[in-house]
Amino acid sequence: MNDLIRDSLDHCVKCTICETHCPVSQVTPLFPGPKYVGPQAERYRGAGPSSDASVDYCSGCGICTQVCPQDVKIAEINSRARAKLWEKRGVPLRNQMIARPTVIGRLGTPVAPLANWALHNRAVRGMVQSMIGIHRDAPMPSFAGKTFQRRSRSHHGPTDAPAVVYFHGCGTNYYEPVLGEMMVAVLEHNGFRVIVPQQDCCGLPLQSNGNFPAARTYVRRLVDRLVPHARAGLPIVSNSTSCGLMLKREAHEILGIEDEDLKLVSESMYDVCEFLLRLHERGALRTDFGSLPLTVPYHAPCQQRGHGIGKPALDLLALVPDLDMIELDVDCCGIAGTYGLKKEKYEIAMAVGKRLFDDITATGSDLAACDSETCRWQIAHGTGVTAVHPIELLYRAYGLGASDPAGKHGTRPLAAVAAGPGTSERDTGSHD
Amino acid sequence: MSSLEADVLVIGGGSTGAGVARDAALRGFSTILVERRDLADGTTGRFHGLLHSGGRYAVKDPSAARECIAENRILRVTAADCVEDTGGLFVSTPWDDPEYGDQFLEGCRATDVPAEEIPVAEALRREPRVNPDIRRAFLVPDAALDPWKLVWGCARSAEAHGARILPYHRVLDLEMDGERVVGAHVRSERSGEEFGIHATVVINAAGAWAGQIADLAHCTVNVRAGMGLMIAMNHRLVHMCVNRCKRPSDGDILLPLRTACVIGTTDVFVPDPDQTEIRQEDIDLLLDEGEKLVPGFRQARALHAWAGVRPLFEDTAKVAETRDVTRSHALLDHSSREGVAGFLTITGGKTTTFRLMAEAAVDAACEQLGGPRPCRTAEVPLAGSESHELYQISHRLAAREPVPQAEEIICECELITRSRLEEAIKQRDTTSLDDIRRLLRLAMGPCQGGFCIYRATGILHQGGQVDQAGANQTLLDFLEERWKGVHPILHGDQLRQARLDDWIFQGILDVEHLPV
Repeated sequence: MNDLIRDSLDHCVKCTICETHCPVSQVTPLFPGPKYVGPQAERYRGAGPSSDASVDYCSGCGICTQVCPQDVKIAEINSRARAKLWEKRGVPLRNQMIARPTVIGRLGTPVAPLANWALHNRAVRGMVQSMIGIHRDAPMPSFAGKTFQRRSRSHHGPTDAPAVVYFHGCGTNYYEPVLGEMMVAVLEHNGFRVIVPQQDCCGLPLQSNGNFPAARTYVRRLVDRLVPHARAGLPIVSNSTSCGLMLKREAHEILGIEDEDLKLVSESMYDVCEFLLRLHERGALRTDFGSLPLTVPYHAPCQQRGHGIGKPALDLLALVPDLDMIELDVDCCGIAGTYGLKKEKYEIAMAVGKRLFDDITATGSDLAACDSETCRWQIAHGTGVTAVHPIELLYRAYGLGASDPAGKHGTRPLAAVAAGPGTSERDTGSHD
Repeated sequence: MSSLEADVLVIGGGSTGAGVARDAALRGFSTILVERRDLADGTTGRFHGLLHSGGRYAVKDPSAARECIAENRILRVTAADCVEDTGGLFVSTPWDDPEYGDQFLEGCRATDVPAEEIPVAEALRREPRVNPDIRRAFLVPDAALDPWKLVWGCARSAEAHGARILPYHRVLDLEMDGERVVGAHVRSERSGEEFGIHATVVINAAGAWAGQIADLAHCTVNVRAGMGLMIAMNHRLVHMCVNRCKRPSDGDILLPLRTACVIGTTDVFVPDPDQTEIRQEDIDLLLDEGEKLVPGFRQARALHAWAGVRPLFEDTAKVAETRDVTRSHALLDHSSREGVAGFLTITGGKTTTFRLMAEAAVDAACEQLGGPRPCRTAEVPLAGSESHELYQISHRLAAREPVPQAEEIICECELITRSRLEEAIKQRDTTSLDDIRRLLRLAMGPCQGGFCIYRATGILHQGGQVDQAGANQTLLDFLEERWKGVHPILHGDQLRQARLDDWIFQGILDVEHLPV
């Protein structure tokens, strides 16, 4: 059996390009850098337990793998080394908790007001920091109360249109259901019937926290939910870049899952902006955009770049009249999923994100766009501006909120929509 | 230095010589060791690194097998820092007769080598890269042995007991008093100084070169040099020492050695042990055999190839095949053989049994030094192995953990810090980076010195060891030495590395025009 990730270390010529791009090693001496913990240290990892706990300071942003000219799977090597480390030591309770967004979501949703109060209460957060190890200042989203799954059940879209399957992920379900509704609205506007299957976490947080066995269980469960649709030849779209990437590549490449069903799902999976841009390339995207006179800085998150699809959000938003997108060239916001939540890594994550925060602040805009949910929360935390998914800008430009005068989107300023959970009990998409 | 005196003069600084020096010193004899080059620069430093369980010899050479397992058990305790307990696996590939496994088990039982047949599935679980078509698998207590640590551990241990260890001292002649060898005339290869060493007993531990030393006393030692080729691969493709379960042959051992893994060997008679030419056909042979053990082997990155010479002792008639010569050692007392007193030769054997060879040689020397004294090398640990903690591959990684970026790393592949390098330079008091390589494994990783050698040269110069021209020469010497081992295996990933290294050394440093 060949081990393609480990074998890729053979390609390393020590050129150091990965080290010069690593956002983490630039801000902390605690992380020795991707070349060191990747292809170099891997040679020192035998069959037995490894002893280099410093690999845990890799945030898993994946930039090293992206920039490597020799195709060394650096981030993947690190990810597996981290899992091996925790396999030996036992994954700490904190990491087990924050790696299970569906469990947190199910616990917090029924008691959303109380949970949200606690999540934003200094005293409670201080206690959480000292007892569990989640930094008191780390950005935490608010529970929406009513999940996207529940909301979508009462939504009645078109019945005879070509179908697309929506993999919304946990962030949308528990914290940003309004974004999910905008996704549905934009897709339906383009003539699709949106199927929202029952779904659970993709396992990515467990993978990045080193619990591979549990992560594999989650992936398999999710694949079981999605594969009938993939078999039927339906495209699956996602607005969560990291969860989408998990199904596209990482479940196979990092978790090592060899599975025909996973392969089918991977091949059917599209980032939503990638999907819409493909529509546009075929001339099938509706371009009835209204004017959106805004200047918005755009950050393509690390995981988005891991898709290897360019920056389709920028191509799409270029179609919107009067919308001026500023492309930022900073690599990472620092949060890296759950990395920046951790007590011992919060300061590192904020230091990594500083350049991005400064660049966003320098634009003077009170709005920023970014595809990944945790990155949006980190950007909002680091800059005070509202961070939205590109879909939200398209939704506005299509005038979908405005065409729904009774709906919450039309009556709320853009920033407010993005800032927090929806409060309305009304279904989105009923305008269509 | 006009002349030195000792009870015992040891000629040869491989594992045998260093082992003899340590044994003699531990028994309280004043001891001097001379080696024409650096310690472990001959056969020992060029062997594959397998601490035999004896399994390899169990069928064909039972006495060698018995010696191996006994010494294997001793070295795990006394030379723990040099030994990694990898375990060993003998496998029957589709090219091997599975019935040989029965002979193998029988041979192991008869020679006290613990061997256990395990299900193929279990073997593949332990070694997932091994050919899935193997038909049988056997566990044995093979281990990996670091030759340089072993020899330096012996040397330091000997020095701690009063011995003098003199690398880079060449024996020009043996001093005779009638029919007795009474010492040697030596030259320092570093200073050029010549002097005599008087000794009651001279022990010839020159291995494949033992014949040349014996000639100086007009004695005959018939040692044939059996050249073996090895290739180091970039990382561990296997975690255990994997052997083909068949009669010993070419390319049938693949073992993890430090961060690399080594495939070996070949066995070709060479007339002169100093002339070891690496032939392309032998490289191909090893890579092909590697492919049989680990499918995909040819796509993996080869780092370096090198050849060593086995000292194969033949007492009488010529033997056609070098592999048919016994791998047990030979102790020759030249007083009974040729009437030359005060002169012993210990040769043949293998690194695994070096301690036993030393014990036999010093036992024989005792007879000429006033009676028996007990050997203590089976109990006393080597310098560096006092804690009895076996070496583990992660040691260097672990050592850097407390503060990973606290100190600059000079050799990134082998994780050698600046202070460790400076300490080694001071300790060896040398201008040769190759000496430092043998001490620290400097430049033995994937880039083969591409990134560390110019750094190390600078540090050598900064420390005042060499002037500017000397630094340039040191750099060139080292590059040339590395290139010898790299060019025979240049393909795939290592070719890319060589191109980058070439850009650094030719393009940036313009090494071909350095003033020397």
